[in-house]
Amino acid sequence: MKKPNPPLERSDRNPVSVEVSNLSKNYGSQKVLKDVSLTVHPGEIFVIMGPSGSGKSVLLRQIAGLESPTSGTARINGQDPSLPETRDRFALALVFQAGGLFNSLSVYDNLALYPLEHRLCAKHEIRDRVMRALKILSLENAAKKFPSELSGGMKKRVAIARALVMEPQLMLYDEPTSELDPVMSATITEIIATLKQEHQVTTIVVSHDRDLALTIADRVAILIKGVLRTVSTPAELRSVTDPEIVDFLNPKIDLKNPRYLKLEV
Amino acid sequence: MKHLNAIFEGLGSAILLAYRAFASLPSAPRIIKRVIEQVYLAGYSTLPIVSILSFFIGAVLALQSGISLQNFGAKQLIGTLVGESLVRELGPLMVSILLAGRVASATTAELASMKVYQEIDALETMNIPPARFLVLPRLLANLFYMPVLTMIGIIIGWFGGAIVCEYVGFIGVDSGQYFHSLTQFMTIRKVFDGLIKAEIFGFCIILIACNTGLRTKGGPREIGYAVTRSVVLSLITILILDYFITKALA
Repeated sequence: MKKPNPPLERSDRNPVSVEVSNLSKNYGSQKVLKDVSLTVHPGEIFVIMGPSGSGKSVLLRQIAGLESPTSGTARINGQDPSLPETRDRFALALVFQAGGLFNSLSVYDNLALYPLEHRLCAKHEIRDRVMRALKILSLENAAKKFPSELSGGMKKRVAIARALVMEPQLMLYDEPTSELDPVMSATITEIIATLKQEHQVTTIVVSHDRDLALTIADRVAILIKGVLRTVSTPAELRSVTDPEIVDFLNPKIDLKNPRYLKLEV
Repeated sequence: MKHLNAIFEGLGSAILLAYRAFASLPSAPRIIKRVIEQVYLAGYSTLPIVSILSFFIGAVLALQSGISLQNFGAKQLIGTLVGESLVRELGPLMVSILLAGRVASATTAELASMKVYQEIDALETMNIPPARFLVLPRLLANLFYMPVLTMIGIIIGWFGGAIVCEYVGFIGVDSGQYFHSLTQFMTIRKVFDGLIKAEIFGFCIILIACNTGLRTKGGPREIGYAVTRSVVLSLITILILDYFITKALA
């Protein structure tokens, strides 16, 4: 039988790199990701954009080690993210699209769960850490509330606060600004940029929010129908000529020739 | 062939889940609070319904055996019949059926909704194994409350039989005679066999419930399907196991 996990010691707090090599993912006969290769450098904000159903979230799940690729690899500092040892070594936080909060736990308990379970520090230190994270996201008054009592924007902020408590070296965001009003989207975008600036954490954001990508990304990858079409800086992206990318970034509404008539099932 | 594959896949994943849960047994001191919570939620809360059902099962058993045995002039054996039936068969089986209906359904629904709403994924990215955090406390709690619930059910059933014998006129066996007959052939071994049965049934029910919940994919509709599957599978499993355990213990 396994011995209980010792308290985690992460002396190496440097941001990590992520390498995705020739990664493909099929669900039955459906090919969702096709031979995707990319590298995310330590400490950068890397935004993965693409139309709905292009495989962005699936790619994020491979990077988080929640699913195994059909072929190819995803690595965090050269190590397999699906292994518990890798997750022990490099704290990895994923902010889910719907928050992924534990509905049976209060906001405070949601945040305290990770340090408590991994015995990272004494209870009073955990309390300080949790309250600090709540304060950063202006959620001090929500500590005793349950997720069902929160609005969509608050849930996202709690999910980010929970990730912060983990002191991650790799932050993954899945559509952090979806379903939010423009002001809350801007707030979340600012939070992501500030966290990266202050904590030098490697950040991967999956989004189709063009404003978010062009404002805070160091580099942007465009994924269309499971194929990685380009990896560019926001400045380079403005001059890309690929018609599909241009159409995705600057869609024009044409009522005379509506695009919904050409949609594929 | 497809169904056979699904059965073996389910069996394999249940065994793997049990292994993963018990592999994290050394961290049990950290989950004591959750074990106690489960003892309360699943065990203590089931006690009232176990008590009511046990009482009436004991009563009906005494009534039926009273009707049948009086034809043979063997009414004095009602105590033995009720006692042995409850200890060896009906006690463990009835508590298990209640557990499948009440606790397994709730467990599957909870874990399936956690799976569907990405709470399980969140646990995994936090490197908190669901087998340790969610399954082990339920399995350990079950080991505590199952024999207690069964024993309480058996004793209440015995008293249910005694009351029928005492107050139903045509039976005409007083409770003294009833308990004398009940204890005459009762041995510790028989009680122990019944409790072993209950432990095995309880373990399988909770394991099936957790495994079905954690394997749920899709949306809210699949949560409902998972609950139905879990209860049906639990009932089938305990009835099949009952035959083999009874044979092994005979």
